[in-house]
Amino acid sequence: MTDETATAEAAPGPSAESTALLERVTAALGADAIVESGEACGDLVVRIAPDRWRDAATACRDQLGFDYLSFVSAIDWMPAPTLSEEGSGDTSSPVQPKDQTYGVAGSAGRFQVFARVASTRVPRSGLTLKTDIDETSPSVASWVAVYPGADWHERECWEMYGITFDGHPSLRHLYLPSEFEGHPLRKDFPLLAREVKPWPGLVDVEPMPGEAPEAETEAGEAEASE
Amino acid sequence: MTLGTRPAGFDVDPSLYRHLADAQVNVELDTGDMILNLGPQHPATHGTLRLVVRLDGERVVASDVVIGYMHRGYEKLTEFRTYPQITTLINRIDWLSSFANEVPFIHAAEQLMGVEAPPRALYIRTVLTELSRIATFVLFLGEMGLQVGAITPAFYGFRDREYVLNAIEAATGGRFHPNFNRIGGILTDLPWGWIAETRESMRKILKSCDDFEDLVVANPIFQQRTRSIGIIPAELGAAYGVSGSNLRASGVDWDLRRDGKPYLAYNDLDWKVWTHPDGDSFARYWVRLQETRESARMVLQLLDNLPAGPVMAKVPRIIKVPEGEVWVNTENPLGEMGYYVVSKGATGPFRVKIRTASLSNVSIAPWLLRGVYVPDVITVLASLYFILGDIDK
Repeated sequence: MTDETATAEAAPGPSAESTALLERVTAALGADAIVESGEACGDLVVRIAPDRWRDAATACRDQLGFDYLSFVSAIDWMPAPTLSEEGSGDTSSPVQPKDQTYGVAGSAGRFQVFARVASTRVPRSGLTLKTDIDETSPSVASWVAVYPGADWHERECWEMYGITFDGHPSLRHLYLPSEFEGHPLRKDFPLLAREVKPWPGLVDVEPMPGEAPEAETEAGEAEASE
Repeated sequence: MTLGTRPAGFDVDPSLYRHLADAQVNVELDTGDMILNLGPQHPATHGTLRLVVRLDGERVVASDVVIGYMHRGYEKLTEFRTYPQITTLINRIDWLSSFANEVPFIHAAEQLMGVEAPPRALYIRTVLTELSRIATFVLFLGEMGLQVGAITPAFYGFRDREYVLNAIEAATGGRFHPNFNRIGGILTDLPWGWIAETRESMRKILKSCDDFEDLVVANPIFQQRTRSIGIIPAELGAAYGVSGSNLRASGVDWDLRRDGKPYLAYNDLDWKVWTHPDGDSFARYWVRLQETRESARMVLQLLDNLPAGPVMAKVPRIIKVPEGEVWVNTENPLGEMGYYVVSKGATGPFRVKIRTASLSNVSIAPWLLRGVYVPDVITVLASLYFILGDIDK
């Protein structure tokens, strides 16, 4: 385990393909539009200045030849609030780090929108784009005018994260009922099923009659951390 | 009301869309229109998909697709589960090809961990992925006949799917939800006698593909109902994110098994990517028929060259995935399926973006259905071939 982690971290700088692609992206968009770039397992990730988000899409389609839109989505980098251990008894959920860290190419704050485009003409091509979203007024330019397929993806993003897309023809609920309140994929939106009901896995370590209830939680934790 | 304008930057030969002009005339004359509600429970929609179409006479002038009746919130649920638990969930996204759903996610975890599955495991994964593809496609080949009023192909489709599902069940223990992939390999090796039986099933599939060719493709009624209806222009399809056989039926020679990052054992195989220049419902049927054949041939090749060795790599007992991000996409039966996995070094992922094929494939429907006749709405939708679980996640 440890040596595997070491090899993953000791990976050398970006590959030749990523460097060449980054040069093309920089040439098409201008260096001022690119905040940062990085590589995620061999794929180039470019962080775009928020005000150049739509220009980035146009450049991708018209200059870089990325004719195919894979998806548009968002991410909330806020650390996941751990469920109240004594309340829910949920010892099965993975424990995420408590500090707010950002992934490849960094982020200025909590929310980011990211998208993936590819070319159907060039094998093994593709580019991941990210942009920072202001937490107080989360909005960014829509891609629908460039990639019509962004329509549903942006609607999903809007309902799941509360990020509005300027220029989107009709931001309506996609998956959720129209009267739904809240943004479920935000990290501070609780998964109610886990809050109101003890994790069913706990049945396995139910104490024997007459056993102290303290032994129950300890056994549960010991099993989860094993 | 007006017809929606075509998105900028896509020039399409207008002669292909003369029927749109007809509809425009009706709109300008202000002939009355009516709203027709299809679904959410409608036999032609393969699940709870609701379609609201505005009709002028027999033609569709506008339509809206209402989805989400089966939304299960998988992206949220993955944040509360460990990596090995998640394969159980993602099995249920596209339930016709469950095994193929597991592969990209397991690949993502393996890439982040730096684990590589042994060759035999990769070959068996490829065999089972192709078997899922056949199971998905033969059902389509039968069902599509049903949509144009021919009931016989449906029975053949279901019969052929049994051959494949029996093979999947014998190997994995699960008919629909194998949950057979493990990080670093697969659960167990193939059972004794499985290879010979699967070879026999593949011969039956190849034979029945010939039957579909004679029975459906050569049928003049089927051709009349599907030819030059529901044409997806290649550039517009790509910009909508339409992928897989749907895009190849529009003449785009793009298959992630060949053109994506190398995965599974596809580079060792001798096979062909099929395309059709027309982009209509018929082309989508034809491409899937050829791909079914190609998959059966691939399975035969794989079984001939199955390497010996273990089926699991050495992995730690508690799976902790190092910090990192990875995007893994594969060519699933319905199109491009991908997972963007963000890990923060815990036993479960921090965020998983699930990119499903059907969502993008169906998102072109409102554009595609403009100007078609009501009965063709059904055939066009059926020819896009979507699974509701794959749309609603």
